[in-house]
Amino acid sequence: MFAQLVDGIFWDIALWVFALGVLWRILSIFRVRNKPDYSVPRGSGLVGAIGANLRRFMPRAEMVSRTRLHVVAGYLFHLGLFALLLFAAPHVLFIEEQTGLGWTPMPYWAFIVAAQLAFIGLLLLWIHRVMHPVTRLISDADDHIAAILTFVVMLTGCMALIEEFDGLRVLHRFMVELWLVYFPFSRLMHAFMFIPSRAFTGAWFGRRGVKA
Amino acid sequence: MSDRLTRGLEAMRAQMDTRVMSYMSSCVHCGICAEACLFYTETGDARYTPIYKTEPLRKLWRQEYTFWGKLAASMGLSSKLAEQDLADWEELVYDGCTMCSRCSLVCPMGIDIAYMIRKVKEGLAAAGFSPEGLVEAGKRAVEIGSPMGVTLKTLQATIRVQEKETGLVIPLDVAGADYLCLLSSGEVAGFPEFIGSLAKIFKATGVSWTLSSEYFEATNTGVQLGNSKMAATLVERVVAAAEKLQVKTVISPECGHAYSTIRWDAPNFIGRPLPFEVVHIMELLDELRSDGRLKTAGFADEKLSYHDPCNAGRRGGVLDQPRKLLNMVAPNFVELPETGAMNWCCGGGGGVSSNERADALRLKVFSAKKRQLDAVRPAALVTACSNCRHMLEDGLEENEMHDIELLGITELIADHLAEENS
Repeated sequence: MFAQLVDGIFWDIALWVFALGVLWRILSIFRVRNKPDYSVPRGSGLVGAIGANLRRFMPRAEMVSRTRLHVVAGYLFHLGLFALLLFAAPHVLFIEEQTGLGWTPMPYWAFIVAAQLAFIGLLLLWIHRVMHPVTRLISDADDHIAAILTFVVMLTGCMALIEEFDGLRVLHRFMVELWLVYFPFSRLMHAFMFIPSRAFTGAWFGRRGVKA
Repeated sequence: MSDRLTRGLEAMRAQMDTRVMSYMSSCVHCGICAEACLFYTETGDARYTPIYKTEPLRKLWRQEYTFWGKLAASMGLSSKLAEQDLADWEELVYDGCTMCSRCSLVCPMGIDIAYMIRKVKEGLAAAGFSPEGLVEAGKRAVEIGSPMGVTLKTLQATIRVQEKETGLVIPLDVAGADYLCLLSSGEVAGFPEFIGSLAKIFKATGVSWTLSSEYFEATNTGVQLGNSKMAATLVERVVAAAEKLQVKTVISPECGHAYSTIRWDAPNFIGRPLPFEVVHIMELLDELRSDGRLKTAGFADEKLSYHDPCNAGRRGGVLDQPRKLLNMVAPNFVELPETGAMNWCCGGGGGVSSNERADALRLKVFSAKKRQLDAVRPAALVTACSNCRHMLEDGLEENEMHDIELLGITELIADHLAEENS
């Protein structure tokens, strides 16, 4: 019964909440509008916006030694997570079933490597969050809930590899559904909002002729 | 709810725009901004983390603009932004931030944190939580026309001294001149030779210029205080003076925030484009150099380094021009480490220099600048901001770095003008 709900109505609800929630969130942000900028630009805001979106993937040279942990752990987690999300064999199969689009999944050993990298990255970031005085001070419940929920989704995903127990697959899918429902109302929205944030700042500095 | 809290909240609500809401929605609380802030790196105090300084604005955003925040507030599960929050953040925002924007260049989410701190200031200022020194400077700026209380008589006396020293006429209220030059009170009071240097360079290069007796102040305390209304009032005075003299271009002097204000923020304060162009004095000198009108002779042979004023460089885009000018006269020019757009602040920007309460903290965080200087150990440090120069003087004195001379770039160029110019 629970498995049927998870595979059926719960999944549909989660997807709708995710899609409409993200849309509502983005629209509510852009509904407010910025005031016009009457200053005469020195450089292109558009070029600045695009440049900042690309440049901010890597730290500035001056910051490398001070942000090594953030960068390494951040990339381990995100690359591992995206590899699992898009190339894990069960995910590829699932996407193919849902959309008709399929591609070559990664081999089992690559899944294990990607999962371990993602776990290491996420744990390092979370340990840093609770141990470092700065992140400890500025973090709130949302940061921890988002991290723990993501961890549980990844953990149940690994557990679901034991295909003899369908309950583990159902548990994983249920956790994904919770994650999808939580996403639009949480800090997980950074996955979308980093793009306009970088663009606004890049454009602002770009108009001044500064590469941001 | 008290009146002052109401005023503060209203002022902060008025600051909510797409940028702020995007920034709030993208921050992952990674803390990287702390590593770029001299108040954190030099004190180790986590409260100086730049994004933490925006906490009042974030709290307001969360309780009024987010699903969970609104839900929690409606159920009485969250504490609302209170007057005490504003009181608690006054010191962090005004004493512990120079609005240098270094943090804004390093955030992986691309958040312009200084932009948001500026908005927090609007709320604090409206609620009356601003440092006394800065409030008084603001009053003097509005009532006298100068945050330091420099009057027209003082300017006229300074002009007379400079005319005597240079043997040149310093034009005042010349209608139809090409350029109106603004001055910062810091220059008039502390570095009057800047005015004489301008006279020498403009005479040599044939630039038609003038000062205005109507309004000469370049700085804008409204910006430092976080009072947009005051900022607009002061900008309108510049506009009126420029329009009265029918100038096409206004020159921002050697002052970082004066430049970023009049060049970039001023039109937005008054809600319309400025009726004139604005150039930083470095931009104009560099233009004269590239046109072949500005020629120098001889060199300053000692090892020179350059301190980028944050608001002229990082927030203003005047980064290459001073270097091209220095290359004309300084064969031993050496860059400081972490320079240009990532230069470390002098510690006194954003109104901190007018806030006596922050003096001890300002001198403590000068250690970032000291580290840069220790790596190069120049004989002289050149800058293009009188406020930076004052702050650097203080810092060097405090750290007994008496072997480093401080120079203004305009004076350095004026001292090396070629005979053929004239």
